[in-house]
Amino acid sequence: MVMKKVGLYILAIVFLIYAAYPIVYLISTSLKSQPAFFESPFSLFTHFTLDNYVAVIQQGLLVNFLNSIIVSVISVFVVMLIASLASYPLSRMKFKLNRAVFLLFIVGMMLPVHATLIPIFRFSNSIGIYDSLVAIIGPYIAFALPISIFILTQFMSEIPKSLEESAMMDGANKLKIFFHIILPMTRPALMTVFIYNFIHIWNEFIFALVLISNNENMTLPLGLRNFFGEYSTNVPAVMAAISLASIPMLLAYIFTQEKVTKGLTDGAVKG
Amino acid sequence: MPIPSDIYEEKKISSSKGKWKNGLVIFLFIAPALFIYLLYVVYPIIATFEYSFHTWTTAGEKMFVGLENYANLFADPVFWTSLKNNIWVVLTSVFIQIPLGLIMALLLVSPIKGIRFFNSVYFLPFLVSTVATGMLWVFMFDPLNGIMSQIVSIFGIENIFWLSAPETAMLSILFVVVWQGAPFYMILLRSAIVGIPEELYEAAKIDGASSWQNFKHITLPLLMPTIVTSSILAIVGSLKAFDLFFVMTEGGPNGATEIMGTFMFKQVFMNYNTGYASAIAFVMFFIALTVTIVIQSINSSKRRKEML
Repeated sequence: MVMKKVGLYILAIVFLIYAAYPIVYLISTSLKSQPAFFESPFSLFTHFTLDNYVAVIQQGLLVNFLNSIIVSVISVFVVMLIASLASYPLSRMKFKLNRAVFLLFIVGMMLPVHATLIPIFRFSNSIGIYDSLVAIIGPYIAFALPISIFILTQFMSEIPKSLEESAMMDGANKLKIFFHIILPMTRPALMTVFIYNFIHIWNEFIFALVLISNNENMTLPLGLRNFFGEYSTNVPAVMAAISLASIPMLLAYIFTQEKVTKGLTDGAVKG
Repeated sequence: MPIPSDIYEEKKISSSKGKWKNGLVIFLFIAPALFIYLLYVVYPIIATFEYSFHTWTTAGEKMFVGLENYANLFADPVFWTSLKNNIWVVLTSVFIQIPLGLIMALLLVSPIKGIRFFNSVYFLPFLVSTVATGMLWVFMFDPLNGIMSQIVSIFGIENIFWLSAPETAMLSILFVVVWQGAPFYMILLRSAIVGIPEELYEAAKIDGASSWQNFKHITLPLLMPTIVTSSILAIVGSLKAFDLFFVMTEGGPNGATEIMGTFMFKQVFMNYNTGYASAIAFVMFFIALTVTIVIQSINSSKRRKEML
């Protein structure tokens, strides 16, 4: 029994090192000066300088950071609004066309974005939105719709009809019912939709890569890669850039751990 | 991601048909989502299909070439290498990532102290964006100053050029794929394990079952649906793989880590072969669609059997 427990602890600690070492190494290296890094690349937390962070911020990574916030917030809120609007009738009606529309949306979950890249690139160029945040918000919303509509229809179809019927008696129209009854009751599912999409959009890379070219319009993943391309020999500086880009997500997770886990689990299992 | 055809079947009964008579109201509710979806998903796929039968001259003129792009594609060894590499990603995800996630999930429900701490730390790799992960591991795989070389040098292995040698590049990236993705399956499986009723284990305890027997006869069978869901997610996700490969090697060295995503990307945005790249993209779409249909039909035939 004791042996077994010791075995479990050993295994748990092996996985701990496996998961955490790269991240510990990342943060430790970002606090070293370049000469210190070459002198002892593997020593952990022997140097503490914030110079790399200052340099990264001066290189304009904060702009990318801000772009990521703008793009993620706008995309996720638009998705939450239009996906729940569409999900309401889709969860309530039974005619054939309805099911076809639902399936059309759902199939989107499986699609590789590559199948849409070239036309979206050409289209964005021709209407003059190429290399702007607007260019990526469109595809972000579109590709977040399938999973969102899926989660929301499932949730809304469980809201009892009687609630709407009594509101109908009082003369409320569909839009009123939607905003005053359905939407407030859908809050838990909306939370899932929010978390799931925010994480994915925050990290999205390929649309940004294809649709944005100027550094000032880049989102964080793209700005990060750009920085990597330019300063790849300055290991501590790149490590500082990676840390800076990752810390917000790590902090957000620490404070909302249960919600994030639930959001991802529901998003995946129900999707 | 099984599509639940039963959502509709169930709700039909309690439909409130009469109240939605106004077709315009329905349309207005669905229209915003449908518009964006048609514009950014449906139309581009159709356009990709159409482009795949064309080529563009240097003057920018579009020319119909029939099936030429597809004929060239299927004769292109790079295409077959990239398809093979995509299959490697799928296999790694299903047979290494998910089992590893399962082991971590089991550890998190075992009688050890500090579960919350272990849980949080195990999950961290998943939270670092794929681009950041790729960059971080490029340094970890550095032949000179990287920890991976340091580790293998303990065993007397020297001078491994992880990402720049064709023999090791693919394996190195797959290692990172596992590192990043396993925590996701860990949380999926852990929440499924927590959902297994305690009584089942208590009954088994009375019968004197060992923990291995418990696992084999109770935990594993009850986890099967989640494992299947995870596998579907892994397969679909692997077909979409791009970021790690693009950031770590761009498909190199010499095409050793080329996957369909990087192959397609390079053809259009570096070689400007729009028609050829469209053919690759459409093949990717076709494979994803086929996989979906196969999974769906297995799912629904299983459901039918269960009903009998």
